[in-house]
Amino acid sequence: MADRPELIRARPVPRPSLWVWAGIVLVLAAMFINGLLTNPNYRWDVVAQHLFDPRVVSAVGWTLLLTVGAMAIGIALAVTTAIMRMGTNPVLRGVAWLYIWFFRGTPVYTQLVFWGLIAVLYPRLSLGIPFGPEFFVFDTQDLINAFVAALLGLGLNEGAYLSEIVRAGLNSVDKGQWEAASALGMKRSKTLWRIVIPQAMRVIVPPTGNETISMLKTTSLVLAVPFALELTFVTNAIGNKAFLPVPLLIVAALWYLTITSILMVGQHYLERYYGRGFDGETQTRGSIKGMSKKQASILASGTTAHADANLEVTP
Amino acid sequence: MTAMVEAKGVHKFFGELHVLKGVDLTVDRGEVCVILGPSGSGKSTLIRCINELEQISAGRMIVDGELMGLREKDGVLHRLSDKEIARQRSKIGMVFQRFNLFPHMTALGNVMEAPRQVRGLSKADAEKVAREQLERVGLGDRVDHYPAQLSGGQQQRVAIARALAMEPELMLFDEPTSALDPELVGEVLAVMQELAASGMTMVVVTHEVGFAREVADQVVFMDEGVIVEAGTPSEVIDNPQEARTRDFFAKVL
Repeated sequence: MADRPELIRARPVPRPSLWVWAGIVLVLAAMFINGLLTNPNYRWDVVAQHLFDPRVVSAVGWTLLLTVGAMAIGIALAVTTAIMRMGTNPVLRGVAWLYIWFFRGTPVYTQLVFWGLIAVLYPRLSLGIPFGPEFFVFDTQDLINAFVAALLGLGLNEGAYLSEIVRAGLNSVDKGQWEAASALGMKRSKTLWRIVIPQAMRVIVPPTGNETISMLKTTSLVLAVPFALELTFVTNAIGNKAFLPVPLLIVAALWYLTITSILMVGQHYLERYYGRGFDGETQTRGSIKGMSKKQASILASGTTAHADANLEVTP
Repeated sequence: MTAMVEAKGVHKFFGELHVLKGVDLTVDRGEVCVILGPSGSGKSTLIRCINELEQISAGRMIVDGELMGLREKDGVLHRLSDKEIARQRSKIGMVFQRFNLFPHMTALGNVMEAPRQVRGLSKADAEKVAREQLERVGLGDRVDHYPAQLSGGQQQRVAIARALAMEPELMLFDEPTSALDPELVGEVLAVMQELAASGMTMVVVTHEVGFAREVADQVVFMDEGVIVEAGTPSEVIDNPQEARTRDFFAKVL
């Protein structure tokens, strides 16, 4: 202990601008909050009255159902089409490309209107041999109601965006992993599921979390179908009827913010789980707290290339 | 008895680049063939053509009496399906310069993967095979470690165990020690030497001239896409006939 050097205890560089900015922000914030509380047009009493209105709460439920359902359809389509695009079959590659081209290239609003009109375009659907006899016939109206139309519209659109994310993830896995697996006699499909996809997850999961948050708010577009039970539509309807649009907008905003915040917490943990260790060289070796050994190993091996975890690909 | 590997007039083009320019090579069963040569001489490409990781452009590559990746019927060549090529490859083990272990699996998981998924062994049987092979390469106490928790030499030994677990008839080594720190080279070469002594047919691309001299039955010297000289270690390394071979060994020895 005798040789312990005297540690440097230097004063930090003075930063008066910090206090100036703090003062400015504080004043502006105080003005804003004062305005919120004293301006009677906000009608906070109406906000409080409607925040847990049964119609609003049920609308939150529908919004969540649409978000989860559309993301599930999107992920399933995305994985399928990403694999199709990477495969050896040129016909399937073309089909996947066409799907992405169309659903990314047209507005989601237009697609939702289209799904709403599907029963007009095709009054009946049937199951049978193409150009041959039909075994089952359905009324399109019964099969594709407004909710199904909304779900299909959102899911098909989302799948096209997510497909590119999944493809980027699959491409980020080192070619040597494919070579090692094929040298062992594993077929392409097996290599994909057993070796490549587990490693691609690091790149795929964070932007998918981002997409989920985006989807939550995109569900408000389903009034184009029209599907009238989700949060934005319901709060607008209540607000317009009572000639009090502002407090009901606030109700909707509060709910969206709450759900987004919960999703952000989830996304934060997912990103930490799948994405850490790529910011600094010191973190790339060995395991990181809160991360499974398996995940730490994938990171440390460097077999997946870096990709921007927060890649913005939302419409 | 047919040879294990028979390359006949093998050419390989990468676009316009002519990498292999008519290679003839025979490796008998139980033989250790070491391929030496300067960088860019085509030796890695040649070894990757043996198990069809690269498709040859001309000539024939025959392993264990079978045309690799192709079927000849009435004088017409047909490409084999993914499944058939996978079956051919499952008899050929390969060890890579950069190990290419599966990072999301433990050492045991890495070695069990192909016996489970390709040979269709039960979990218990695959585990038994995997433990035996890891024991054989001296890693019986590292089975539950992930690749990132192992040194380079240990990782490469896991990679060797992984290839051996498929009970291959031929082992290919593509510069197995080139990515290792110098002090870790020995442990990998020792495992390879033991494998050679057990009678395994091996084709090894390496820069380790000492290993070639000690272990090889046949040494092949390649330069600019052709085999310049082939023979016993003493013939090729100590008594080279060609000027290019002499130049190379003068530089590396």
